[in-house]
Amino acid sequence: MTTDILSPQSEADLAQAIASANAPLSIQGGGTQGMGVNDATRLSTSGLNGVTLYEPGALTLVAKAGTPVANISDLLAKENQRLAFDPRDLRGVLGTEGAPTIGAVAAMNNSGPARVTAGACRDFMLGVRFVDGSGDIVSNGGRVMKNVTGYDLVKLMSGSHGTLGVLTEVSLKVLPTPEMTGVLLMNGLSDADAVAAMSAALGSPYEVTGAAHAQSGVDAHPVTMIRIEGFEESVTYRLAQLKEMLGRFGDVAIETDPARTKAGWAWVRDCTVFEGKEGNLWRVSLKPSDAPGLVAKLAPENALYDWGGGLVWMVLPDSVDPRAQMDGLQGHATLMRGEGHVRFHPEAPGVAKLTQSLRKKFDPRGVLNPGLMG
Amino acid sequence: MELPTPDSFVLSRKAEIVAALQAVLPDGCVIDAPEETRAYECDALTAYRCPPLAVVLPETTEQVAAALKVCHQMNVPVVPRGAGTSLAGGSMPTSDSVVLGVARLTDVLETDYPNRFIRVQTGRTNLSVSGAVEENGFFYAPDPSSQLACAISGNIAMNSGGAHCLKYGVTTNNLLGVTLVTMEGEIVEIGGAHMDASGLDLLGVICGSEGQLGVVTEATLRILPKPEGARPALIGFDDNAVAGACVSDIIKAGILPVAIEFMDRPCIRATEAFAGAGYPDCEALLIIEVEGSDAEIDAQLARISEIARKHNPVELRESRSSDESAKIWLGRKSAFGAMGQINDYMCLDGTIPVSELPYVLQRIGELSKDYALGVGNVFHAGDGNMHPLILFDANKPGDLEKCEAFGADILKLCVEVGGCLTGEHGVGIEKRDLMSHQYTPEDLEAQMKVKDVFDPKWLLNPAKVFPLDTSENRRGAQGDAA
Repeated sequence: MTTDILSPQSEADLAQAIASANAPLSIQGGGTQGMGVNDATRLSTSGLNGVTLYEPGALTLVAKAGTPVANISDLLAKENQRLAFDPRDLRGVLGTEGAPTIGAVAAMNNSGPARVTAGACRDFMLGVRFVDGSGDIVSNGGRVMKNVTGYDLVKLMSGSHGTLGVLTEVSLKVLPTPEMTGVLLMNGLSDADAVAAMSAALGSPYEVTGAAHAQSGVDAHPVTMIRIEGFEESVTYRLAQLKEMLGRFGDVAIETDPARTKAGWAWVRDCTVFEGKEGNLWRVSLKPSDAPGLVAKLAPENALYDWGGGLVWMVLPDSVDPRAQMDGLQGHATLMRGEGHVRFHPEAPGVAKLTQSLRKKFDPRGVLNPGLMG
Repeated sequence: MELPTPDSFVLSRKAEIVAALQAVLPDGCVIDAPEETRAYECDALTAYRCPPLAVVLPETTEQVAAALKVCHQMNVPVVPRGAGTSLAGGSMPTSDSVVLGVARLTDVLETDYPNRFIRVQTGRTNLSVSGAVEENGFFYAPDPSSQLACAISGNIAMNSGGAHCLKYGVTTNNLLGVTLVTMEGEIVEIGGAHMDASGLDLLGVICGSEGQLGVVTEATLRILPKPEGARPALIGFDDNAVAGACVSDIIKAGILPVAIEFMDRPCIRATEAFAGAGYPDCEALLIIEVEGSDAEIDAQLARISEIARKHNPVELRESRSSDESAKIWLGRKSAFGAMGQINDYMCLDGTIPVSELPYVLQRIGELSKDYALGVGNVFHAGDGNMHPLILFDANKPGDLEKCEAFGADILKLCVEVGGCLTGEHGVGIEKRDLMSHQYTPEDLEAQMKVKDVFDPKWLLNPAKVFPLDTSENRRGAQGDAA
């Protein structure tokens, strides 16, 4: 990878940089994903920094793409609000440094444990501004929560990893920080029982806001965690109801200490358990009830189930390809760290054709992250 | 409302086109007699009508593909249709088009409670999706007010919302996968029962594309466990700005109601005369509903009341029973009927930032005087989605045009204050020519590029969404635009 970095300080300059590019660009925010394109000039959005609008009473925030996530979280915390989708901070497990930016979070549809109920990053994106591969500046969506005016390019841009355009501004719906968090803890469950317990909890009326299971937790034993958030009277009631409901799976403990619940869910969110583990880090999205069977076939040293089992993280040797075991399963596997496999799951021909055509339309010269995403 | 000149070549080939469609579809699936195609001449935007060339009602996804392939080969525009309840003219035909209805595709294909989804054919009505999972304690969250009649296909095309989307989101937030048939007749599976896309979020751009990218025949929908209960509070204020401030304070306090509905004085008076719900005669009325167990509801309503009292309400009523809840909702639910009792009305659908509410209501009041047409405002205050109802007399020459001009001014106002033209009804033909007020040519070009990819010949619902002059070079370009 070359060391050239373009770091435009305005949207207009960024548009100019793309319009005048005559070779591939590797798009990055804070550069914390370790995802660059080889031999490409790096184009960073870090010069586009700052929150341009924040209305706590309307749950709305607009920020330039290069704004560090930490700055946004700090600002929201002052009003007792937060990013609703719990974005993951994978610096520890990826071994990278730098400041994750909101633009990269959006471009990756980076969604943490809250995705299972509250929704993904894409569900909280209200609007975007971006520069396409020709250098044209495009705006879509806006700053209001309900908007069906024209096509939803906001969703198309979320998770497009800089291949259709470079985000310059993101508008988000934010949510109040709950008064209290409570966690139900179960030890020693098999994967199948853990997924069944999480499904039972998620299928209850108690509005579970997170459901995760690790084959090997901090104390090296299986641990299953179910999160409830809200006002104190409500959290207390719901924890008690769920404790009784889940009793058939084994003993249930309750944790409500703020520091401990926060640390526990950060551990899930950031996949901390895989820090320093050798091998390829995989992220597999699938139907929760299919997850234990796939994990059993792959037999990793440890598996972390998030989203009630709908998302599985594991470290596997380079020689193991989880995709080879996914025939007949709905879902996909992404290589988040490591070698020997393409990053994104190859798509079915009909979908791949649409994807390639869209890329050609939005980036006719193929300068935006070529080679990434198939 | 201008419609493109029909393609005379297509019109001249009607018999040939009908024969080709009959050749690939079972008996009774192709309708071409003028007295029968007339039933498809409009949707719920009844001011505009035009019978199509023919109507096809396929019974399987494969038949949808076969019919689209024929139309693609013969360069015939296709207008997809769910239940025909669009308020924006989304399924209004042109005379040179074939209407493709999914009304016969109504099966539930799979229900999966552990994984919390249902897979249905998209001709199924919105309410009957919830109906299919109700006994097991689940529901499908998006609930447009037409939910008894509207089809899932149309919900996906328009990204429909509803009264409860403040908490549960709109269609796009509850859609996991689709079977899409492209205009070329190719069947593509996008998404599934899992929770995110493997690559580009094609599902996200298909939802809300108003039937212009493909025909969705099957959908995997997220289902949610039903809450233990729900009850509202009713709060009346003497001032719109104070009501707006109260909404903002409730949201800032961390309470997330399932619905916050707002009615202004003209609407309150009309519904009171019509339904006698016992509403106070005041400037602004809020109905705020929360969910949970009985005790949880009591606690939340108490928090809401405490905030409301700081704003000196003229009336504050917490529902304690299902009877009291029904009474509070009665007026709101009959608001459209009540306005319809007074005169014909046009229902708008712009969204504004909640903070702009007092200014926008004041401006609408001024415009109402300028145009000499009455207007009542009902809207989803939590998310700023307004539904001004403009009263006019359809039998009075010029009144519809005056009403449309008034409506356009209100929608432009919504855009000026940082909002948008449509929050949940869609653009269709109704707001097509206003799109340039919200978007620059580059913005529209980017959207049209997506259509170029999915439908290179621009045959699917082509005269909608984009201003006709903007899309002119693409429509009828026979794929050259791609």
